[in-house]
Amino acid sequence: MKAEAMINKDRVAAPKKKSVSMKVLNTASNALIYVILATLGVIWILPIVFLLYTSLRVTPNTGIINQLFPENLQLGFGNYVRLFSDTMFPRWLANTVIVAACSCLLSTMFVLMISYALSRLRFKMRKPLMNVLLVLGMFPGFMSMIAVYFILKAMGLLNSLFALVLVYSGGAALSYYICKGFFDTIPKSLEEAAILDGANRLQILLAVTVPLSKPIIIYTILTSFINPWCDFIFVNTIINDREKYTVALGLYKMINAEKFSFNENFTVFCAGATVVGAIIVALFMSMQKYYVEGVTSGAVKG
Amino acid sequence: MGKEKKGGVNAVKNCFSQIGHSSLCTKFSMVFMGIGQIMRKQFVKGFFYLFIEIAFILYMVFFGGQYLAKLFEGHLGTVTSTEVWNEETMVYDKIVGDNSFLILLYSVVTLVIIIAFIAVWVLNVKGNLANDRRIAEGKSVNTFKQDFSALLNENFHGVLLFLPLLGLLVFTVMPLIFMILIAFTNYDYQHLPPGRLFDWVGFENFIMLFKTGNSGAMLFGTVFLRVFVWTIIWAIFATFTNYFLGMVIALMINKKGIRFKALWRTLFVVVIAVPQFVTLLLMQKILDGDGILNVVLGTNIRWLADTRWNSLIPRIVIIVVNIWIGVPYTILMCSGILMNIPSDFNEAARIDGANVVQIFFKITLPYMLHVTGPHLITQFVGNINNFNVIWLLTGGGPIDINNYAHQAQSTDLLVTWLYRLTTDTNPQYNFASVIGIIIFIISASLSLLTYSKSSSAKNEEDYQ
Repeated sequence: MKAEAMINKDRVAAPKKKSVSMKVLNTASNALIYVILATLGVIWILPIVFLLYTSLRVTPNTGIINQLFPENLQLGFGNYVRLFSDTMFPRWLANTVIVAACSCLLSTMFVLMISYALSRLRFKMRKPLMNVLLVLGMFPGFMSMIAVYFILKAMGLLNSLFALVLVYSGGAALSYYICKGFFDTIPKSLEEAAILDGANRLQILLAVTVPLSKPIIIYTILTSFINPWCDFIFVNTIINDREKYTVALGLYKMINAEKFSFNENFTVFCAGATVVGAIIVALFMSMQKYYVEGVTSGAVKG
Repeated sequence: MGKEKKGGVNAVKNCFSQIGHSSLCTKFSMVFMGIGQIMRKQFVKGFFYLFIEIAFILYMVFFGGQYLAKLFEGHLGTVTSTEVWNEETMVYDKIVGDNSFLILLYSVVTLVIIIAFIAVWVLNVKGNLANDRRIAEGKSVNTFKQDFSALLNENFHGVLLFLPLLGLLVFTVMPLIFMILIAFTNYDYQHLPPGRLFDWVGFENFIMLFKTGNSGAMLFGTVFLRVFVWTIIWAIFATFTNYFLGMVIALMINKKGIRFKALWRTLFVVVIAVPQFVTLLLMQKILDGDGILNVVLGTNIRWLADTRWNSLIPRIVIIVVNIWIGVPYTILMCSGILMNIPSDFNEAARIDGANVVQIFFKITLPYMLHVTGPHLITQFVGNINNFNVIWLLTGGGPIDINNYAHQAQSTDLLVTWLYRLTTDTNPQYNFASVIGIIIFIISASLSLLTYSKSSSAKNEEDYQ
């Protein structure tokens, strides 16, 4: 908003002396930009509109999408009803919420703990540890997946949601980077004052650092909460019981694994995708302010 | 480096002389961890150490030791599981042999546990030496309460790091060590334990990378080269198309005099808000042979499965779809940066008579490149590892048996190929692991380049 106001002020102040031809040129180029933006905007939004439209299409017999606007077009919420009554979607939704809530709690804790230690505390192995974490993060995640599978098997945890929580939060420490960057910017004097008052490190963390780090904490919570909604690779490896799918894998299998029923499922898939999309959008909208703050504060420092 | 090493040697010498002069308590503790502490009435600590030692010994005797012993025989198991006809009972008796996989996996686990145990042991001895010192200085040893409060102050990092690092150790470090070791074995579908054992082969898998040619079946090196080249081409196109298109659109949205800025931005950002797997699966179905795009256009092109011209159509389509997915992120990022370009730059240029094009090439672009340079490299690495876009759109396909072998397909990136090699019905874990190591080398060298240049790494205390 501020930037726009500034730009407007600019426009009032600057151009008075400009020649008429310049003005025409400017209007013409602006018009061109409007056309381009409108075209691109439509292209970008069209697939999403198609998703919504398909999810509302009630096609009584097959659901094959071979016409964009068939003659006997019917719109309604039939696909959503089918989604919640005929498929296991409610179950998957519940699974995902459980896994996302637990793993986001654990991983946020882990990230905060490790970032605070690396940013605020000075100990012997600090720098080497940071380098090791950096290097570990550069291995492709799938590489270790098979070994993770067998470790979980040895622990007797295959096919359980708990295993998913462990896997998602087990690697959380690797993404300490943004959060540490944020902690680095909190003035040390605040902590020193608290130390003089006789507070121990734990009290400082809880009473000084955490309240000051609201944006980054919410950012961390948000990213770790969303992760289980989007991952289908690890779920696919660890879980093969349909009862325990998460929404991502469930929807993926709905149109990919069961090839023969793809056409029948497509409208229902669109309904499911819309529901998941709506949940994520709602989360983003409510947390947008913090999200942007989090990204910019920790990552960008010139 | 040299200095540190010398310091290390001195420390070791120092340590030995300290141990030589240490008290009986300490010497006891070196054999039976915790005894020293118990003798000095630090019961909680002492019994904790003792418990760890007992647990460790039990683990080694009943579980870890046997696997480690087999590992040190030099082969990953020697006895294959077989069935032997038993004349007396008239049935096949199953003879359970070795399992190379389990030997390797549990050996890694055991080695990690041994290292952890040694660390605890050192901690225990150090604690005892510290106690010796305190007694020599005439002070009393720490009480449990004092130890506990130290954990919240000068030793707080230990408390904070323990759980996150444990998680990392179990779910990242151990699996990684294991998979790296696999690269030096012949673990593939012809050597699947327990039926058939696999064994060390040294650097053979890596040498295979350089064996190109086509003798009967296509050699691994040739296939690798093709997938590698496509991965790099893909990463370059994906990164730069996104970057420049996104920047141009951001510039248009942010041009002064353009109205409804929020509306334009929202139109693009909606794509970000919908989870990627949803948008990608949707795109896959839209672009399907029977998909809606062909219906609307009245064409019959297999957008994602056409194998003509070396699968050119799917490759282009993937890059285009990736533009659709990725550009909104660039717009978001660039909008933020554009607002931060110091406005006096532009004004000075305008007063000097520069036109819009000149301002863009002389001021805006260099500024953007300067600020987002590290981001570009990160994006490039991200695209090399961009599993989702490829896997959800084409699954790596279409299959082109004339040009590929070893389960690689024509739009496969190294990561998707790696994934297929480990999850296929005919897995080739050894090659998958080699590919993983190569990916690591590429992304590590690129990332280190960025990391060493980014100021936040060097000046971490600037803002405190």
